[in-house]
Amino acid sequence: MEIVQKIKTGDIRAVARLIRDIDDNIPEAREVLKELYSATGNAYVIGVTGAPGVGKSTLVDQMVSHLRKSGKTVGVLAVDPTSPFSGGAILGDRVRMQRHSMDEGVFIRSMATRGAFGGLTQSTRSAIDVLDAMGKDYVIVETVGVGQDEVDIVRSSDTTLIVLVPGMGDDVQALKAGILEVGDIFVINKSDREGVDKTVGDIRLMIEMGEKRYKDGWRPPILTTQAAFDKGIRELLDEIEKHRLHLLSNKTMLSKLRYEKAKSDLSEMIKDKIAKEIFIDITSSGEFEEAIKSIIDKKIDPYTACDKIVSAKLKSNIR
Amino acid sequence: MNKERRVRVLVAKPGLDGHDRGARIIARAYRDAGFEVVYSGLHQTPEEVVQAAIQEDVDMIGLSSLAGAHMYLFPRVVELLKEKNADDIVVCGGGIFPEEDIPKLKNAGIKEVFTPGTPLTEIVNWVKENVNPGGV
Repeated sequence: MEIVQKIKTGDIRAVARLIRDIDDNIPEAREVLKELYSATGNAYVIGVTGAPGVGKSTLVDQMVSHLRKSGKTVGVLAVDPTSPFSGGAILGDRVRMQRHSMDEGVFIRSMATRGAFGGLTQSTRSAIDVLDAMGKDYVIVETVGVGQDEVDIVRSSDTTLIVLVPGMGDDVQALKAGILEVGDIFVINKSDREGVDKTVGDIRLMIEMGEKRYKDGWRPPILTTQAAFDKGIRELLDEIEKHRLHLLSNKTMLSKLRYEKAKSDLSEMIKDKIAKEIFIDITSSGEFEEAIKSIIDKKIDPYTACDKIVSAKLKSNIR
Repeated sequence: MNKERRVRVLVAKPGLDGHDRGARIIARAYRDAGFEVVYSGLHQTPEEVVQAAIQEDVDMIGLSSLAGAHMYLFPRVVELLKEKNADDIVVCGGGIFPEEDIPKLKNAGIKEVFTPGTPLTEIVNWVKENVNPGGV
């Protein structure tokens, strides 16, 4: 395919359009992804997550600058939420990264979560593959740190940064069970603010209580940064490099990581495909609306309704 | 048209104009209309605007200018899009312009121009009627 060649040689328009087609669920995009798969696996993927306003975009912007200075090419995927009401989205992460837009070695793309059927994880993952296949040395994925989705994105990253700011005591508590457990490096940004020692202490305590991580031999470091003033970024990239070397030096861990990634990729894809096919059918036939009405009227329970829909579809063939 | 295609718009402020309230309100109205709006912030060169539009694969660029440099900046964006073989991207503009500039801007390839007082619904409907998501 001509497009496959264009992507591999880094044609900006082709890459931009393919990511769009992936997002818009255009069937041809899937065919291109199939062809591209063999060209993936060369980029180092860094996930950056954390609550809104902690400075993720600014941090990414500075990381890009440093990576560019050392001659590396970078792809950035910045994910922002889709409005559940209108389906629209304001994608504003570019504002902080605009100075890189004229740099041919940097490709920045904003993506919306788009809600339905694991759309975020699926199209973001595919977009990572595209930037990887176009030959970027690093792919940085910035997500909004609220919810299960981030944990999924983490599985696609080689190194995951969790970004926090001082004084997030309660938020740290709230995040504890989910996202904090998957961080490889903790970044306390805006470290000129009051309460930085307490936040560092809280995170350290949490890491020390999470014994599981030690077994891999990697104890997540805690770094303080002031991204807006380019403070602590060099050190952060050094830690990322240490983590990369740690992964490469540890064969069992590396193969475990690859196994987990392939496993979660495939299971998400299966879920996604089945759900999508079923929804296309039952929404166009009106069966979905009917079932909803029946559930509200207590004519049927949702469990039976679900079983009926799924088993009917599984008996017919998935396209 | 594929129903999963979603309109993507870049809202940009080229030039040395620091007034982005209008651009933000437009961005919000577009979002509420179900569009994906990439907002790239203040003080952009036309080159930066065009590069962002291409990387983001938008269907339309909405340029906002309140500082009087529209006669240079807007046509320059159209010109650069042509150079980059990306003139399928629709360009429209909003802001404060002398009456006599509007036909000149349209001649230069700015598809529509919106001035203060235009109802948001009118602007949103214009996009729905004139912009085909995903091109084609």
